[in-house]
Amino acid sequence: MAERLKATKEMKRIMRRYYAQAKYAHYMGKKVAWITSGGPVEPLIAMNIIPVYPENHGAMLGASKKGGQLSEFAEGLGYSPDVCSYVKDDIASTITKESPIKGGLPQPDMLICSNNICGTVLKWYEIQARNFNVPLFIYDTPFVHTEFTEEAKEYIKEQTKEYILFLEKVMGRKFNYKKMDKVGRYSLQSMKLWKEILDTAAHKPSPMTAFDAFFHLALIVTLRGKKIVLRYYKTLLKELQERNTKNIGAVDNEKYRLLWDNLPIWFRMRWLSDKFANHQAALVADTYTQAWCGVIDYIDENDFLGTMGEAYTRIHLNVGVDQMADTIKDFIRKFDVDGLVMHSNRSCKPYSFGQYDIQNLIKDMDIPVLMIEADMTDDRKFSESQVEARIDAFMEVIKEKKRTK
Amino acid sequence: MITLGIDIGSLTAKGVLLKDNSILEKHLIQVGYNSKKAGDKLLAELLEKASIDRTEIARIVATGYGRNSIDFADKAVSEIICHGKGIHFLLPDTRTIIDIGGQDSKVIILNAKGTVVNFVMNDKCAAGTGRFLDVMARAMETEIQYFGELSLQSKNPAEISSVCTVFAESEIVSLVAKGENREDITSGIHLSIGRRIYSMVRRVGMVEPVAMSGGVALNIGVIDALEKLLKTEIKTSPLAQYGGALGAALLAVNE
Repeated sequence: MAERLKATKEMKRIMRRYYAQAKYAHYMGKKVAWITSGGPVEPLIAMNIIPVYPENHGAMLGASKKGGQLSEFAEGLGYSPDVCSYVKDDIASTITKESPIKGGLPQPDMLICSNNICGTVLKWYEIQARNFNVPLFIYDTPFVHTEFTEEAKEYIKEQTKEYILFLEKVMGRKFNYKKMDKVGRYSLQSMKLWKEILDTAAHKPSPMTAFDAFFHLALIVTLRGKKIVLRYYKTLLKELQERNTKNIGAVDNEKYRLLWDNLPIWFRMRWLSDKFANHQAALVADTYTQAWCGVIDYIDENDFLGTMGEAYTRIHLNVGVDQMADTIKDFIRKFDVDGLVMHSNRSCKPYSFGQYDIQNLIKDMDIPVLMIEADMTDDRKFSESQVEARIDAFMEVIKEKKRTK
Repeated sequence: MITLGIDIGSLTAKGVLLKDNSILEKHLIQVGYNSKKAGDKLLAELLEKASIDRTEIARIVATGYGRNSIDFADKAVSEIICHGKGIHFLLPDTRTIIDIGGQDSKVIILNAKGTVVNFVMNDKCAAGTGRFLDVMARAMETEIQYFGELSLQSKNPAEISSVCTVFAESEIVSLVAKGENREDITSGIHLSIGRRIYSMVRRVGMVEPVAMSGGVALNIGVIDALEKLLKTEIKTSPLAQYGGALGAALLAVNE
């Protein structure tokens, strides 16, 4: 196995510092906003508000194998077993303070919720707004079934205006347009850098796997719009490019290349990564981490605030399955993959719902597809021997197919 | 050269000894709770049955759920490839294989050369698996080997709407209470599992001819239900239950 990426250490340091700052925000006279993973964070940064992501926290809880336990707690409160485990983990953790961060997430002063990732977030944030008794802003993005209409464009522009008014009201001061311009540029640049990072995986052997991407994603999610992201991603990119010049792969003797769809199974990252590596298979790309750089083309760097609405509306989870399938096809070609692994995620309905349709839509690509039933954080929804049997069979089919080609 | 294929399923363990491309001996035992012990027992009994010595076996391939617990095997291979090889050997022109195992159901697509090109397995639920039939046979107080025949005597199959094994069982209890006859309920049960498999076949895309592998291939009720739903003949072999083990033995030849 290739060594761990050197940059990782620095990344951990940045994240630790970010959470420490968020934790002590109130002592420093700063406000904290909880925001959904696909929410427009840049205006918050322009207003010097510290954004905190319960979903990132959910991933941390999942990785530390607390997801099942916290979900169980939330189910005891009356939440259905079918409710998203990020929601259940967050609600439970707010009460129990169970968290890798001492004392749990810092309390919010406001909540920012965008429904571009799902409908569940609306109820989740309403519950937490009542719980913390803080103002909630809903950034409502129309679903893009086939095309982004003029009406949708108008509507989302209004949403952005209302968002700014909301922030001015909560903060009791005027919006800082000058800072917004800078933040917008940084944000766009970091998305572009993130894309370059993910694109290095087109090289054979791939210098990174989707498991690396899942890990390094945290920065573009939580801190985009901050200069530090640019600095860090430049270092990471350089390291990956160096690996490519020296032909160092993340998986020893990479023979097979796979594409991952849906969120990671946070509590089984190592197990899955070893499982695939044992078959000399590298998960070279995934649809999830690509979502943070898939909308670059819709943003005008000279008018970030005016164009971000379209970008936030057209993200991977807010478009129809035809477009999702097209994106997957592009990745299959670009990263030259031998198979597609779809995580049917009990928690994430909008991500998992269309997966069978997508399988049908990409039939002409003629690659085997594996479906793994699990959950992003709830380890009660994972059956090891079943998943193992499916991965082994899937890899044998790929090997057989490649051999007889 | 003699090779051995061992298939340790969740209910039964099967072994096939292969010599010069023909079956020398086969054997089947119940797995019980310890698959490693079952493997040892299967090997010992098979050697005795065939009157050969352990040293005469050139290579051993294990498959099935307990494949990794067979420490005397040279290699472990998943059931998909093994059923593919086994059925291709028994019924050479087969293009679609249906295997209903104890806790897994699978539909496997072969190309004209007999190579596995695609497959689909049941989701996490046990509804479309052999366990479903086991539970239902017990609920109907019928021996599993007569279960299929009983269903063929039905004139008016009962409607079993629940796909969940546990709920379907209570549905059956209430059908019995309502006075529905055994044949009709049993037929309804077979159609219910048939519908689960039918949707899997459609998902992966059926290519004819279709064959069944595994122990459930001996159940005439399932075959009948699938033929009605898929509107095609389902081929089987008397050796279908050994499909996985046979495939493993065949793979051992080329390893």
